[in-house]
Amino acid sequence: MEVAKLTDVTRVYKIGEVETRALNGVSITIGSGEFTSLVGPSGSGKTTLLQLIGCLDQPTSGRVVINGKETTNLNRNQRADLRKGTIGFVFQFFALIPTLTAYENVEMPLLLNGKNPAERKHRVMELLEAVDLMDRVHHRPDQLSGGQQQRVAVARALATNPTMILADEPTANLDTTNGEQIMDIMKKLNHETGVTFVFATHDPRVIKHANRVVTLQDGLITNDSNTNGKS
Amino acid sequence: MLNYFKIAYRNLGRHRRRSILSGLALAMGTALLMFIAAFFQGEMRSSMETTLRLNTGHIQVQDADYDPDKLSVAWEYLIENPQQAVVQIEALEQVQTATPRLMASGIVSVLDESIGVQIMGIVPDSEANDPYRDGLVSGEFLTADDREGILIGYPLAESLGLEVGDQLTLLVNTSDGDVDEQNFRVRGVFSTGTSAYDKGIVFLPLAKAQAFSGAENHASMIFILLHDREQADAVADAIQGEGYQVKTWSEMNELLVLVNDFSNAYLMIINLIVLGVTATVIINTLLMSVFERTREIGILTAIGMKGRQIIALFLAEASLLALGGIAFGSLMGWALSAYFGKVGIYFGDLGISGDMLLQDRIYPYLTFDSAVNLMITAFIITVLASIYPARMASRMEPVEALHGSN
Ligand SMILES: Nc1ncnc2c1ncn2[C@@H]1O[C@H](COP(=O)(O)OP(=O)(O)O)[C@@H](O)[C@H]1O
Ligand SMILES: [Mg+2]
Repeated sequence: MEVAKLTDVTRVYKIGEVETRALNGVSITIGSGEFTSLVGPSGSGKTTLLQLIGCLDQPTSGRVVINGKETTNLNRNQRADLRKGTIGFVFQFFALIPTLTAYENVEMPLLLNGKNPAERKHRVMELLEAVDLMDRVHHRPDQLSGGQQQRVAVARALATNPTMILADEPTANLDTTNGEQIMDIMKKLNHETGVTFVFATHDPRVIKHANRVVTLQDGLITNDSNTNGKS
Repeated sequence: MLNYFKIAYRNLGRHRRRSILSGLALAMGTALLMFIAAFFQGEMRSSMETTLRLNTGHIQVQDADYDPDKLSVAWEYLIENPQQAVVQIEALEQVQTATPRLMASGIVSVLDESIGVQIMGIVPDSEANDPYRDGLVSGEFLTADDREGILIGYPLAESLGLEVGDQLTLLVNTSDGDVDEQNFRVRGVFSTGTSAYDKGIVFLPLAKAQAFSGAENHASMIFILLHDREQADAVADAIQGEGYQVKTWSEMNELLVLVNDFSNAYLMIINLIVLGVTATVIINTLLMSVFERTREIGILTAIGMKGRQIIALFLAEASLLALGGIAFGSLMGWALSAYFGKVGIYFGDLGISGDMLLQDRIYPYLTFDSAVNLMITAFIITVLASIYPARMASRMEPVEALHGSN
């Protein structure tokens, strides 16, 4: 099963007169249950690619199909709808809502999906347990360490049982121990629930966990360990 | 359900001082407007009441040719033998009291100082004269058979240095176009609280005024007070008569009625101006929040929040700010109005006379309607104003909102 299929995708950013070709004709297929790493130097297009896979952005040209659904012509609200049930995000910065507790941050996507209170409570507690934060349930982000915040973010990304989680340099702001813990948790969840993980990184300690490594350079895929074996 | 207000409340708490300051701006605007409304209403009420009580009454019956501005006592302009009509009018159940009055023009002089005045001949016992009787500052009120007593206003007594018991000379323009002159003794000094009125009028008993001016058995008007002034048209219709003109208070006070009718429109305009200013403060606060929370909005969008939910989030914030500000402001405005409604605000003689009389002290008077109107208007304007920043937040592309994240 394909979770995402991008065909000949380009993305050109325009700021004033300056055009940046962040992606220059990229085709990639993400299969269900993958634990895939996007690597490449800074500015190579990793974030842009993740944003396109995650329907946060639309390509300048090319096609993006998510779970078999063509997304090219979706409007802003339709894309929001598509995201909220099927795609979870983890960002490099610890992207929690600062006014909400760990519990409430994880609950937010469930609220947006119209889940009832009992379901929500059950799911939030289950997830906070999975990321080992049962003792920090009602803490606000500023009362949590970076590693704890990132674990809350992972729990939130998983809340709605998405088919795919996109993580943009999730360990970049963490020390080795916390970075390892995040990777362990993501790997464990990938094993246990079969949720697809795609993460951008240039941290070798992270790359070693991946079972597929896609290398980007100047907006092009220069190497893909998946196809390497075949060709 | 997503509890927008809970989140909005916490967001306001993030910059407590800023939230309080912008809430306070709205509070001060509301308080000011509430006080202005109370002041306006107090002024209108007092002006209407004062003018009707002192000047025009609710209805006047005059000779068809009478001109109130001329103060002529030539017989052709006067009502002959008003007494019988007075009795008939008083028999009407809507009528509180009716009394004949004679208006003449004259000059009061003491030593070498003289001042032009209206001379009003009154039936001393009539309850229509209560404002003067109750306003007696010193001395006694007139009696019907007093032949040399006069009642003068406090400002006039002051400027001529007159006290109770002192003598003054009064000149009158008589019915046949001559001038007559006679000495009177000050029986009493009154103050109605409206200096513009008090400084220009003196009272004589009707019989004395009639004899002195040569009006004999004539009067300028029958002055009528009703239990309810809304009945004026009905009563006026009932007492129409050949050779008379019957004028109601609204006909005699066109300007005042007009000002009264438009006062709500004036207030609305003032409201819109002041609330427009406070709305810009709120817009500013919200815009700051939108820009500060760009990334947060990006996160919310990324996890599936829709445009209208983001709008709702910011509108909830604006509503809370508005509710707090308006509640506090209303409390202040009410307190101000209540305090000054008790002690009054002293303006002195504003120099307005004739058509519109104002008390020297204005007592703000807040009506429930105008308070509620203001609160609702303030709320609606504030929330409407915040639609702009809210929409701006909702239109942010998640990618741009998240930009700078790596
Ligand atoms: N929103 C944007 N506006 C303009 N240029 C952008 C934007 N996002 C990324 N870029 C540019 O696109 C290229 C790829 O960026 P990005 O996808 O962030 O790379 P990476 O995540 O691999 O560092 C870079 O040159 C970057 O400057
Ligand atoms: Mg990046």
